Amino acid sequence: MGTLRVNGTSHTVDVDPDTPVLWVLRDDLRLTGTKFGCGVAQCGACTIHIDGQAVRSCVTPVGAVQGREVTTIEGVLGQVAQAVQDAWRRLDVVQCGYCQSGQIMSAIALLSEIPQPSDADINAAMTGNVCRCATYVRIRAAIHEAAKTLGG
Amino acid sequence: MLARRTAPLPPLHLSRRRFLQGSAAAGVGLLIGFDLPVGRAVALTGGVLAPNAFVRIAPDNTVTIIAKHIEFGQGTYTGLATILAEELDADWSQVHVESAPADATRYNNLLFGPVQGTGGSTAVANSWEQLRKAGAMARAMLVAAAAREWGVPAAEITVERGVLSHARTGRRATFGELASQAATVPPPADVQLKEPKDFKLIGHRLPRLDPGSKTDGSAQFTMDVSLPDMLTALIARPPRFGTKVRTFDASAALQVKGVTDVVQVPAGVAVLARNFWAARKGREALMIAWDESGAEMRGSDELFTAYRVLARQPGTSARREGDPAAALAGAARVVEAVYEFPYLAHATMEPDGCEVWAGSQLQTIDQAVVAHIVGLPPEEVQVHTLLAGGSFGRRGTPNGNEASEAASIAKAIGGRQPVKLVWTREDDITGGLYRPLYVHRLRAGLDSAGRIVGWEHRIVGQSIAKNTPFEPMLVKNGINESSVEGAANLPYDIPNLSVELHTTEVGVPVLFWRSVGSTHTAFATETFLDELAHTAGRDPLALRRALLTHHPRHLGVLELAAQKAGWDVPLPRGRAREIAVHESFNSFVAQVAEVSLGHDGVPQVERVVCAVDCGVAVNPDVIRAQMEGGIGFGLASALWSEITLVQGRVQQSNFHDYRPLRIEAMPQVEVYIVPSAAPPTGVGEPGVPPIAPAVANALFHLTGRRVRHLPLARRTA
Repeated sequence: MGTLRVNGTSHTVDVDPDTPVLWVLRDDLRLTGTKFGCGVAQCGACTIHIDGQAVRSCVTPVGAVQGREVTTIEGVLGQVAQAVQDAWRRLDVVQCGYCQSGQIMSAIALLSEIPQPSDADINAAMTGNVCRCATYVRIRAAIHEAAKTLGG
Repeated sequence: MLARRTAPLPPLHLSRRRFLQGSAAAGVGLLIGFDLPVGRAVALTGGVLAPNAFVRIAPDNTVTIIAKHIEFGQGTYTGLATILAEELDADWSQVHVESAPADATRYNNLLFGPVQGTGGSTAVANSWEQLRKAGAMARAMLVAAAAREWGVPAAEITVERGVLSHARTGRRATFGELASQAATVPPPADVQLKEPKDFKLIGHRLPRLDPGSKTDGSAQFTMDVSLPDMLTALIARPPRFGTKVRTFDASAALQVKGVTDVVQVPAGVAVLARNFWAARKGREALMIAWDESGAEMRGSDELFTAYRVLARQPGTSARREGDPAAALAGAARVVEAVYEFPYLAHATMEPDGCEVWAGSQLQTIDQAVVAHIVGLPPEEVQVHTLLAGGSFGRRGTPNGNEASEAASIAKAIGGRQPVKLVWTREDDITGGLYRPLYVHRLRAGLDSAGRIVGWEHRIVGQSIAKNTPFEPMLVKNGINESSVEGAANLPYDIPNLSVELHTTEVGVPVLFWRSVGSTHTAFATETFLDELAHTAGRDPLALRRALLTHHPRHLGVLELAAQKAGWDVPLPRGRAREIAVHESFNSFVAQVAEVSLGHDGVPQVERVVCAVDCGVAVNPDVIRAQMEGGIGFGLASALWSEITLVQGRVQQSNFHDYRPLRIEAMPQVEVYIVPSAAPPTGVGEPGVPPIAPAVANALFHLTGRRVRHLPLARRTA
């Protein structure tokens, strides 16, 4: 039994403390925008924000996020999030879409920290997010475009 | 979930012969008679116009296009909708796409016969005439309704962006306003299709139509479906292929909080639980003794060794021209090379899963398999086609593997609760259904002037179609077409040529993998041609040009890619470029890769220039996206990905050792589309085959060393 703050709301869930946040979100809170891709922090499909930092929820036990603010793709708000999601849509980045919640969450965290990232910054921040459709050309372009929107 | 249908489907008569007549020309305003499958009823309640099985127009002005093909990222929904909306003259903003129910009578792939399915880059190709006719039919009925309403001749009515108008009387109406009237109009006997010059949507950039939003987490994938009381199932699978369960002890697993059942199924031992985490813990607590008497115990090394021996012996002939043996015997020089390809996993981002509600690529096959297991007639099994997080062939299991596993679990608990079967990434990587391991041996003879006088190509590997419903369709005279495609239809003008196949029996399950035979044949043929060019001292582009004089579409993409890449412009030191061209699924793609070596000697692909000829470019931006994605996907297996077996055990398990492409390795990509009026062909797969040979050829220029065993990076650094 534990309490969890997700997207600004507190939830009480009856789970073992070793349960990864990913499965609490998906199975208990029915927030399925955060995806299961590998279970070992190798693909980034499960990326969420904890206190604004990009974190892999598949290896983060729910016991470790007590009292902290969890944000998922369903609840991410603000100027940066809007700019990223708009750029994603304008450039039609998405193909199958399964990894894109995680890609977007990582991109938002990147632009929140580095408003005008270089290609090297993008590589460093996004290397943990695998896309088997290989939409990387457009992911890179969309991050630059979002940065331009925010900078302008 | 298995649900019984409440009402039988209406009968339907689809004439394939008539369809093919209509599809011979690329739609030059020809008049076409109808044989379209009908919708459930011509007029649905609420004044909806549903003239055929592919479109509904509602009074609220929405146009719903029914997609018989699954969307797994390739942009099919957008492509299918564009074709129909074009002939309908709909406004793009009013168009929505809905997935068709599993029904082989109305929604079969016209290139697969009586099977509803998506694969072989056929979605747009087989739907082209069908959906143009479907859209034109709906348009004609709207026009007839307006003519009747307004008392004006139908020929005077124009339709533009979802609005019908009559200039002389100034009358105007939207599709929605006329839908209920149009539903009472008798369907036309034939319709006029547009001239390509009149296309307003086809050939233009349109925003993608994806079901649900894929940028805010609301799109529902198979993995996301939840039904009341649904249980999550994981299967403990054997460590080697061909292994069965001997005994198991479930007592510890059943102690795990949330675990409800442990049942033996043909695939292994299934643990059912109220959530994923409990199912996973339960699976880890299982004790299973396996019966390995029927297991495949060989490893990749043993297979490569055995295949190399076979490659030196004559195989079954897939193509023969002239007398290659005599040509080689009389040649001034003989060049020989052996190429080796590992097993490859698809590693879709969404690992496989199934609730029988599934992301299925072959809906009606899954339907039949499930029906057989649970003992129902197929038409009483509803298959809901859901969004799939990638496929690359993985969801096209001809034996309906996932559906059959899920159904066997549901049956084992007596259908008590809905079941969601989940494959973990480890299940996916170690679970087989791979692109087969292959060995190719090529020999060619050059005359004293450096001309290629003979070509012998032998391929050794498993047949993907073996023991599947596709066997009769794909295996002809002992040759599985998908094992030799891209090799047996080598376009190069070589007088003496043979292509032979050895089909092997190995207990490792294999499957279609994005671009199928061309994943290996393109590499073998296009790098061998590069080897021959170098041996003969000829420019690889010039040599291809000389050998492709009878193949204008190959030549077209080759020239376009070379020109856009700046073929004759010298590159900075440390960089090399090379080219490859390949036809797959009736589309033609050439790619020029520019490669450098990273500080650790690992190849870095800097830039790829891609030219594609896929007939009429229905959605240019989707075509570009598929070329970009195909290049990235092909690059992962060209450089890093491989499944290896040691004593029958798969050595990789997750993305740390089955290495995918990550963003820093993605090259800059430029895509150019050859203008064409030919009927459209697929783009989901044809972007993949040329990248590996283009990169390998460029690497040779850079290092002077040929790597003939994929993946390249392990053997380059």
